Amino acid sequence: MSAAAEDAVTEAPAVEAVPKRAMTLGTGTSLAILAALLIAPLFVKNFIAFQMTMVMIYGIAVLALNILTGGSGQFSLGQSAFYALGAYTSAVLMENANVNYALTLPIAGLVSFGAGYLFGKPALRLSGIYLALATFALAVAMPQFLKLHFFESWTGGVQGLVVMKPDAPFGLPLSQDKWLYYFTLAITVAIYIGSINLLRSRSGRAFMSIRDNEIAASAMGVDVAKYKTLAFGVSAGITGIAGGLSAIVVAFVAPDSYTINLAISLFLGMVVGGVGWLPGSFVGAAFIIFVPNIAESISKGLSGAVFGVLLFIVIFLVPHGARQVAIAAQLLMGKLRK
Amino acid sequence: MELFVNQILAGISTGAIYACMALAVVMIYQAIDHLNFAQGEMAMFSTFISWQLMQWGVPYWWAFLLTIAISFAGGILIERLLFKPLAKAPVLTNVAGFIALFAIVNSVAGLIWDFTIKQYPTPFGSSPFLGSQLISTHQAGMIGVTLLMLVGLYLFFQFTRIGLAMRAAAALPESARLVGINTSWMIALGWGMASAIGAVAGILIAPVVFLEPNMMGGVLVYGFAAAVLGGLTSPLGAVVGGFLMGVFENLAGTYIPAVGNELKLPIALALIIIVLVFKPAGLFGRAIVKRV
Amino acid sequence: MKAKGREAPVTNNKTQQTGSRETRMPINQLRLGAVAAALALLAATSSPSFAQKKYDTGASDTEIKIGNIMPYSGPASAYGVIGKTEEAYFKKINAEGGINGRKINFISYDDGYSPPKTVEQARKLVESDEVLLIFNPLGTPPNTAIQKYMNQKKVPQLLVATGATKWNDPKNFPWTMGWQPNYQSESQIYAKYIMKEKPNAKIAILYQNDDYGKDYVKGLKDGLGAKAASMIVMEESYEVSQPTIDSSIVKMKATDADVFFNVTTPKFAAQAIKKMAEVGWKPLHILNNVSASVGTVMKPAGLENSQGIISSQYMKDPTDTQWKDDPGMKAWNEFLDKYYPEANRADGAVVYGYNVAQALVQILKQCGDDLTRENVMKQAANLKDFVPGGVLPGVKANTSPTDFAPISQLQLQRFKGETWELFGEILSGDVGG
Repeated sequence: MSAAAEDAVTEAPAVEAVPKRAMTLGTGTSLAILAALLIAPLFVKNFIAFQMTMVMIYGIAVLALNILTGGSGQFSLGQSAFYALGAYTSAVLMENANVNYALTLPIAGLVSFGAGYLFGKPALRLSGIYLALATFALAVAMPQFLKLHFFESWTGGVQGLVVMKPDAPFGLPLSQDKWLYYFTLAITVAIYIGSINLLRSRSGRAFMSIRDNEIAASAMGVDVAKYKTLAFGVSAGITGIAGGLSAIVVAFVAPDSYTINLAISLFLGMVVGGVGWLPGSFVGAAFIIFVPNIAESISKGLSGAVFGVLLFIVIFLVPHGARQVAIAAQLLMGKLRK
Repeated sequence: MELFVNQILAGISTGAIYACMALAVVMIYQAIDHLNFAQGEMAMFSTFISWQLMQWGVPYWWAFLLTIAISFAGGILIERLLFKPLAKAPVLTNVAGFIALFAIVNSVAGLIWDFTIKQYPTPFGSSPFLGSQLISTHQAGMIGVTLLMLVGLYLFFQFTRIGLAMRAAAALPESARLVGINTSWMIALGWGMASAIGAVAGILIAPVVFLEPNMMGGVLVYGFAAAVLGGLTSPLGAVVGGFLMGVFENLAGTYIPAVGNELKLPIALALIIIVLVFKPAGLFGRAIVKRV
Repeated sequence: MKAKGREAPVTNNKTQQTGSRETRMPINQLRLGAVAAALALLAATSSPSFAQKKYDTGASDTEIKIGNIMPYSGPASAYGVIGKTEEAYFKKINAEGGINGRKINFISYDDGYSPPKTVEQARKLVESDEVLLIFNPLGTPPNTAIQKYMNQKKVPQLLVATGATKWNDPKNFPWTMGWQPNYQSESQIYAKYIMKEKPNAKIAILYQNDDYGKDYVKGLKDGLGAKAASMIVMEESYEVSQPTIDSSIVKMKATDADVFFNVTTPKFAAQAIKKMAEVGWKPLHILNNVSASVGTVMKPAGLENSQGIISSQYMKDPTDTQWKDDPGMKAWNEFLDKYYPEANRADGAVVYGYNVAQALVQILKQCGDDLTRENVMKQAANLKDFVPGGVLPGVKANTSPTDFAPISQLQLQRFKGETWELFGEILSGDVGG
């Protein structure tokens, strides 16, 4: 299918080419945002801190999808499966093996990386709609796997697993929520910086060359198979860490938490934030958390319809997502300086 | 052995549902070159319209024809109002638009007709077909209508000017414009036809699964899978894919021990992926040579 | 888990059990219980002016803030009707002067049946909207997700809308209380019936592959005891995302089972009934009460196909003509006319929401002017023979400090003509938590 798109010269490619510099924010802006995020919890209620933590967690998951789609041009509707895998890995380790919550995260990341890498192998042969269907199948299958009776003694089966919420260490005078906020913030910053460096590295350039033109990339000597599976693995691994964090913060995992709806939300988050623009991931995450709340406050019976209308309005106004807003803002700033 | 035969027959009758939906999927793919996630919901909405007409006393066949006309117009209207403005936006933004449409249609249907199931009549009756209790006359009728639509679509795409123009517009819009095809209206027409075929599918499916706002959720997944398996460019492939899917799934559920039943959908989807790895354009699809 | 009311079922056995349980409690607690009961009696009968006004967050002289979480969107959106009914009922209460002069401020949020969203919404209700309690949140996974939080915060999670057994656990979760008869005890009632009617039955089970389906299967197995392994010839599951269950029916027919235990939600129940008629499979058909509705299951599936189905119920089926002149259902109809005219009167969820909202009003009335969370739980654990308008004659809501399952009575029924024929006594199927 994408072959047809490549045939047609005028048709827009599935993913637009985003130059690698345009994938991030300037250093000054980044530091200002980080400072704001560091002091914000001092002024807000625990509940708001919890919501902000959730935005960061979904933001990490959207960012992971952005690396896959915006970076290497592969489409996935199956991110919820890796998210679930990470969440269950953390939850099972914490509850059944008494592993410290912070230590479960790298394991969750590794397990998901492995699963993503393995899945990326057969997926190599698929692109466009076929890849979408394959990843979609993964997302549909995951909750059913989690329910299987063989795993029930670990996973709690259909009932799910309740997880202990950790307290702040070293007697820090922080509530659980605020501690987890800072904990998540630290991980988010690390993943964000790591992802930027990855995309700027040799591998990142290889990803983008595949995204822009797979055949040309392979002609230039890029090992397409290796980098495509690598992109899948990295994306899955990061998603797994986000899943693990969510298990710790929400303190509960169940098959119903990781349905195809989650994968669709993450996808919407990527589109709204701007495909290929990493900071947009967090804007997109805020969208998928807060806009349904706004929709339901407008009408309960029609919350789905209101959400759909709001989404249409956003994609009509800014079809390229938050990235478009950022670019417009930059241009405006530039003009003002002159 | 009897169970085996029975499961195959049962698979064929469920497969007819998937085949119906897969045809609508192929139709939209031919017109816009990607899949419409809201298609199932649009079909559900059309089915509700026909049900409502019948509630108001319109006879079955009149309601049937009226619904097809309304759906055709509705499909065109949706394209003109919502997706034409997005024509220049990236493909993924369009996909987000489909998801938004899905949410809107589902929620509005739920508000108007609520979520309790409704009985939907069938013109074919539901007595055993040819003495077999496994396929009812309705299911036989459904298979018949599906095959009729298949033939109709085949003739349309192969032999009519509009059909050819539509394929050209979807496959090579630039060249199509050069030979004087109005590609923009071809897309709208494709939406209208896909919506009308979806309405027929919904009307045929509703007597089996009962009418309610979430009735197409599962069906659409199978419809997509069937269309992809058969090859997205081939109406025949979609129908064959639908029947294979139904039979596949039943046999997996019956004969793969322990997990078969709980995982029959994942198993069926995994099989499709395996097929795709070997035949990337599906069983009946045209392979397209890539150019740089 | 053992059934507590295994002996001959008695209409009022709940209160009797309560009595015997209390004697096992330490003396001081017993006294406290007695005092509380006396206070409640006073509160219920006389004007509550004697007590000093006491409030927790969410209650004041003029208002009581009640939180609620429902799946208005997503796969379980059919149940959103319950929340809408409750909202309408509280509107009625407010229009009639409120509860002891206080208006109910009902804040209901959507969680789309996704547990992480439930946690977010519950925290918003407790920490931002500052409600007095969260009432009737729906679904086993969503409620499990917030149970620990609610108990840590000591905010009542009252009358939850799920039939899992785990809500009746006052020792470990003193701030969580159930509402309806649980799935397992319903199943045990069927098990007893099968043992009596068809001791050598071959049973085929069709169940939804989730917590609800699995609870029913477990209940039936527990009820059949040692014979379960030999009697159950097939356990077939389905996923909600499946379009039809036709092939499962074909498979089950091939086992020649003579009892069919149908644990499905309305759409699939109707499909099963219809398909069974088409393939000519006529076992003793036992249908879970989730789908025992004349208007939304039997009629769409065909009344002629539904004859002889056995089920059990605690609510009145609004589509069953035998309740046409019933005063409780008349009041229900009048309420809908005035406050919720667009409601679908065939939908059992509307009766459900009506019943449970009445129970909350009763609890809040009993609280009088002491609207602390502690007193709310105390009064919730002190329902005595309370009868909501939409339950079967003889069914009563009863609770005690050791029994957090308000309604646990059911009556067997058989479908005949166009209506359910109740038979046998009212049964109690308490499964201990």
